[in-house]
Amino acid sequence: MSVTELTLEQTQQMMLYVSQKMQESKDLLSHADQVIGDGDHGIGMARGFESVEEKLSHSSYLNCGELFKSVGMTLLSTIGGAAGAVFGSLFMGMGKGLSDAQVINETNLSVALQAGLELIQKRGGAKVGDKTMIDALSPAVDAASDGKDLSMGEFLDKISLAAEEGKEKTKDMVSKIGKSKTQGERSLGFPDPGAISVTLIFKFMHEYVRSIQ
Amino acid sequence: MPVIKKVINDPKQVAKESLEGLVLAYHGKVRILEDCSSIVRTDLPQGKVGLLVGGGSGHEPLFAGFVGENLADGSVNGNVFAAPSPDKILCATQAIDQGKGVLYLYGNYAGDNMNFDIAAELAADLDIETRTVRIWDDVASAPPERIEDRRGIAGDLFVIKVAGAAAASVSTLDDLFRITTKARDYTRSIGVALSPGSIPETGEYTFELGPDEIEIGMGLHGEQGVSRGKLIPADELVDSMIDRILEDMPLEQNDKVCVLINNLGASTMMELLIVNRRVMQRFSDDGIKVHDTLIGSFCTSQEMAGFSISLLKLDDELEKYYDTPADSFALKTR
Repeated sequence: MSVTELTLEQTQQMMLYVSQKMQESKDLLSHADQVIGDGDHGIGMARGFESVEEKLSHSSYLNCGELFKSVGMTLLSTIGGAAGAVFGSLFMGMGKGLSDAQVINETNLSVALQAGLELIQKRGGAKVGDKTMIDALSPAVDAASDGKDLSMGEFLDKISLAAEEGKEKTKDMVSKIGKSKTQGERSLGFPDPGAISVTLIFKFMHEYVRSIQ
Repeated sequence: MPVIKKVINDPKQVAKESLEGLVLAYHGKVRILEDCSSIVRTDLPQGKVGLLVGGGSGHEPLFAGFVGENLADGSVNGNVFAAPSPDKILCATQAIDQGKGVLYLYGNYAGDNMNFDIAAELAADLDIETRTVRIWDDVASAPPERIEDRRGIAGDLFVIKVAGAAAASVSTLDDLFRITTKARDYTRSIGVALSPGSIPETGEYTFELGPDEIEIGMGLHGEQGVSRGKLIPADELVDSMIDRILEDMPLEQNDKVCVLINNLGASTMMELLIVNRRVMQRFSDDGIKVHDTLIGSFCTSQEMAGFSISLLKLDDELEKYYDTPADSFALKTR
């Protein structure tokens, strides 16, 4: 049976699943960051999502907006660094976009992702092509906005693919922002670690939805 | 690869436990703000303009070692090599603010910039005025026309020294902002790495260097520098580093500077003194007056071997503040 929306409870379960899988991705992300940055991306993300898992395991929410804002605040205060500000802002922006929604679906998730992207861009000033997580997020947001009447599985699959393609393109980019920017040409050939994280988050959301279908 | 040896308890607790040890070494002159990874002076004079410094941990004694009389009023500290989060910055801001506002002074990194900016918005909601000066002294990290893209490294110390003395005597945040900006604009640094440091939580080095290789301009977090080459004699190395700084900030005969030879972690005092010997020869040849020399570990990157050279060019105003006696864990001057 194809699922067209997730209840508040399922959404919370999905974010718990994402939190667990992001912690398992710690070494993969740290190694990606060692090549072009300072090697701590995996540690930060794992620390942040460990706190999210802890928080979500002991909280209940009135609506999806509150749930995502809580994820964002937790990431903001526990990851630290650039990643904390950026990924915290992504989920806080999504929370704002979802507002008092009781379910998530194609329509409101598309609005939420756009709101998340806008909040990050306000903070960091990164544009598409600067070799940051924006290069995976922005195509995912575009893909989210032009889908019509897809099941949640199809919808998240489409977003994941767009993010994955965007992440692959960061291999051909030269860092323009963040700690890896001073390497210039030497960052060529390697994907941006933040873009990998974006891809993983969508991939794990998709995995969760497939598991309940 | 050999096992990396570090004297720690729990890799996840290194930032917290080192801060606790630092506070104990201050013997009551600072207090810790629980849950905020921050320290604040206990003898904070009433009504003074506030100065908050901060950044990622792992660079000890920077930043928390420079809190005290005529220095910073407080320091907010992130995890190893990661900027502190906005809630912690706000907490330290509230503890420092005496109604005259708080200057945020930190190294120019995307993470610090975003987190301090979010904190500044939160502070504004509480009617606390803040201004920001980002330190960008590393000449190797971007060309002069993109100076606002440069990283902050050991030159932080000079800017904090001047800002701390100014914060104790000025009466407005605007004055402190102006003087601190000038100190930042008169500071230049360049570093060289001989071998890498490691992050306790990963237990791995942040970069790799060949056995006979060095990298000029290597960042404090292992960011790649400007040129990698074979290890060369100290005088030759110092000359190339000084040349790069002087290209960026030309000095004339009778100009006055302060010199900082900073250990990135694992270099020896012996090497730093050999470096200083050449630096002083160069300035003596050029008729440049060295007002003060600091040599030691002020801004480190774990066990990275290497050093940086920082210069603060003085004018009368900066000299007055530089010479103001200061008292902290890592910098005491008379």
